[in-house]
Amino acid sequence: MTNSIGEIGDAACIMAIGTNTTTSHPVLALECWRAVRQGKQLIVINPREIDLVRWATLWLRNNPGSDVALIMGMCRIILEEGLADTEFISQRCEGFEDFKSSLSEFNLDFVESITGIKRETIVKAARMYASSKPASILYTMGITQHSHGTDNVMAIANLAMLTGNIGKPSSGVNPLRGQNNVQGACDMGALPDVFPGYQRVATPEALTKFETAWGCRLNPEPGLTLTEIMEAAYHKKIKAMYLIGENPVLSDPDSKHIRAALSNLEFFAVQDIFLTETARLAHIVLPGVSFAEKDGTFTNTERRVQRVRKAVEAAGEAKPDWWLVSSIARKMNAKGFEFETARDVMDEIAKVTPSYGGISYERLEKKGLQWPCPDKEHPGTPILHSKTFSRGKGFFKALSYRPSKELADSDYPLILTTERSPYQYHTGTMTRKVSGLNKLRANELLEINPADAENLGIKDGDRVMVTSRRGEVETAAKVTKTSPPGVVSMTFHFSESPTNVLTNPALDPLAKTPELKVAAVKVEKARTGTGSN
Amino acid sequence: METLNLSIDGKEVKAKQGSTVLAAALDNEIYIPSLCFHPHLSATGGCRLCVVEIEGYKDYVPSCTISATDSMVVRTSTPQLLQLRREALNPILSQHPCACLMCWRQKKCGPDDICLRNVAVTDRCVTCPRNYNCELQQVVCHVNKNDVKIEYSYRNLPIDDSNPFFARDLNRCILCGRCSRVCNEIRGIGAVNVYNWGGDSLNGPFGSKPIFDTNCISCGACVSSCPVGALYFKDSPKAETETKTTCTYCGVGCGLVLGTRENKVINVYPDKESEVNKGYLCVKGHFAIKEMVHHPDRLTVPLINCGGQFSPVNLDEALNIVASRLRNYRSDEVAVISSSKCTNEDNYVAQKFARVVLGTNNVDNCARL
Repeated sequence: MTNSIGEIGDAACIMAIGTNTTTSHPVLALECWRAVRQGKQLIVINPREIDLVRWATLWLRNNPGSDVALIMGMCRIILEEGLADTEFISQRCEGFEDFKSSLSEFNLDFVESITGIKRETIVKAARMYASSKPASILYTMGITQHSHGTDNVMAIANLAMLTGNIGKPSSGVNPLRGQNNVQGACDMGALPDVFPGYQRVATPEALTKFETAWGCRLNPEPGLTLTEIMEAAYHKKIKAMYLIGENPVLSDPDSKHIRAALSNLEFFAVQDIFLTETARLAHIVLPGVSFAEKDGTFTNTERRVQRVRKAVEAAGEAKPDWWLVSSIARKMNAKGFEFETARDVMDEIAKVTPSYGGISYERLEKKGLQWPCPDKEHPGTPILHSKTFSRGKGFFKALSYRPSKELADSDYPLILTTERSPYQYHTGTMTRKVSGLNKLRANELLEINPADAENLGIKDGDRVMVTSRRGEVETAAKVTKTSPPGVVSMTFHFSESPTNVLTNPALDPLAKTPELKVAAVKVEKARTGTGSN
Repeated sequence: METLNLSIDGKEVKAKQGSTVLAAALDNEIYIPSLCFHPHLSATGGCRLCVVEIEGYKDYVPSCTISATDSMVVRTSTPQLLQLRREALNPILSQHPCACLMCWRQKKCGPDDICLRNVAVTDRCVTCPRNYNCELQQVVCHVNKNDVKIEYSYRNLPIDDSNPFFARDLNRCILCGRCSRVCNEIRGIGAVNVYNWGGDSLNGPFGSKPIFDTNCISCGACVSSCPVGALYFKDSPKAETETKTTCTYCGVGCGLVLGTRENKVINVYPDKESEVNKGYLCVKGHFAIKEMVHHPDRLTVPLINCGGQFSPVNLDEALNIVASRLRNYRSDEVAVISSSKCTNEDNYVAQKFARVVLGTNNVDNCARL
């Protein structure tokens, strides 16, 4: 997030696009309600009638995968109606002319046809966002999990820069990070192209810096992303894998392929707190500890580094992940893994990561600190880009509309999009162990519009077979107007109905994020009683 | 922001512009009893316990609804005010058991003691989940209330335990309305409201239906806001120690307090001091931790896969196996998948391991999923 959670409620306008905030970030959603209660505007852009729509001033029910057209269309209206912040554009940004030319594609006829939204509503949304300042954009996987996810994000950045909604309190471009420490995992360089603090492995300065800090030669070649690693494992190019606390068999697209890829490995070690569907494929499984049994830090979606404190001792031989990995490193005669406590690790992080330079357990004792926090005296940074952007000037990106890789056709006439339940978490490894949550949400449901259900002869609660080009999954139907006609949705929390058997592994070319939000499927009444896949 | 100077009980205090008299007193560590007041919620002035005397005002006023002004002179605990508060408690105590508030043995009895005071089981202090942690007990003690003016009879309302995590016993409800306000004003849900307006008013779902059958999201905010034992968490014994930490579910990073006893997490509360969640949690943060952490399926020993069957192996041996196997591969043949559920420290060590020990940049986490 460019801004902080506590600022959202003070925005004059919140635009929530591709985020089911009350479900996936329930406590952050309280800020949306705080704004609405004060009479502020809330624009919800989502194909599904999510809970947030109840609070919305304006709801735009766009077709899945049409976000670039919608946002660029809004940009065009803002520019044509003279609502752009010309001073911000000229002083803080570049690339504006190319971007402006690219808007010619997005006339209202085109935008209306792609998005399925009436032009009056698009104009209203554009005016509302541009004229209610400060305006804050919230987005999540509904934006990123597309084969054109990077374009979606660039379009959002264009819209924010066009109206000067960056670098000011309660404004900004605010991706709400999904998992508890996805921000921190990226900050720490658990990415194939960057060292900790996003220092690129391919740049000689960064390479030299880390070779000096770690006392060894390092590989200057950026590595493979998770999705590429799976592909390489499938083709037996990656032969050994060490996997910590992830469950790709359920979380990654095209599960059958993932399962085959992992089964092809010559050596597969997994570290986890439960024997997950993925761990069952491993040659060896090491017992990790849960967050309640270890010390450390998580970095939340607003870049706030916060303490995790050990409350209880772990049972048996379970150990913190950093301890297990360091022990293996030492057994492989590596130097620089003599950490005795999590605090020792943080001290090293602060030394090599400029944005974490001022972070220490002493300072985190009372409250968290938002990076960049370059030195011991720095108070942290609640708002990014207030004077300059990371690259200097903000870059307007010329964009064109690219449809999703799979569209509905006569064989697969419905679009499947994935969602989450507020009562389960990710692949259910942890939450499905909680009996009370299972009472609140026990199994997978295919949400389908009453019109589609009627056409297919499906009634609420019927068992249905959902089939895509990659596989089939049996589940129960929930007939609801939450889903628009032509679109069905499923979560991916339930291993009995592994939704990601169906999803499309088509990748965004830059971010390598798979297109989990759009897959063409067909739905039929299930012939048999149970079973899946 | 302008600072106000006022006098409360003869003490010169400072208050923020826009503060109520009650907030000004509490900020300056001057206790004024209250039951319906909650710092995050709209003030109703309903319970009348926070009445104060303000110079220039013709009558006593509830301090939760009056804005503090510069040079205001406030008295909070004159004998007349204490008498007014004792009277304000009369209607409240006609609806709530009073044995748990006034019995002289209250501090001596334990949960397993036989009640010697001939108190009905529904009215006993030891059977209330909020005993010793009850705001009504605190208020009764503060104003030295030791008699009951209006006769109390048990209302015999059914206990709603339909929610898996908390129960609602409205026989103890004092109609402060905090649960309804927090559900509406903070959470935007509105699953509970005041209904049956009149002598039989209650806080709950319309039509007295079980809370499970409403749009309740099981966040537990109503329970945390309840001043008495009307709303209570199931299976929530008293903790020995408390540890502040950060929630493991989702990127919001709510502050949690884990209550522990005998090496077990037994309670989870929202950290009221956290800047992130300000004392609120969702259903997962509140209720999905202790059972998960202590689940019998947790891995406690390393396991080795022998043809689809996992058998336990000693930790040191397991680490040796991993180390010796990983040595066999070139840097472009190995990959490390790290975890966005693990700590920064875990992730730092994992990527350092990939780069330094395995010589590869094939390291990623599930940020894209």
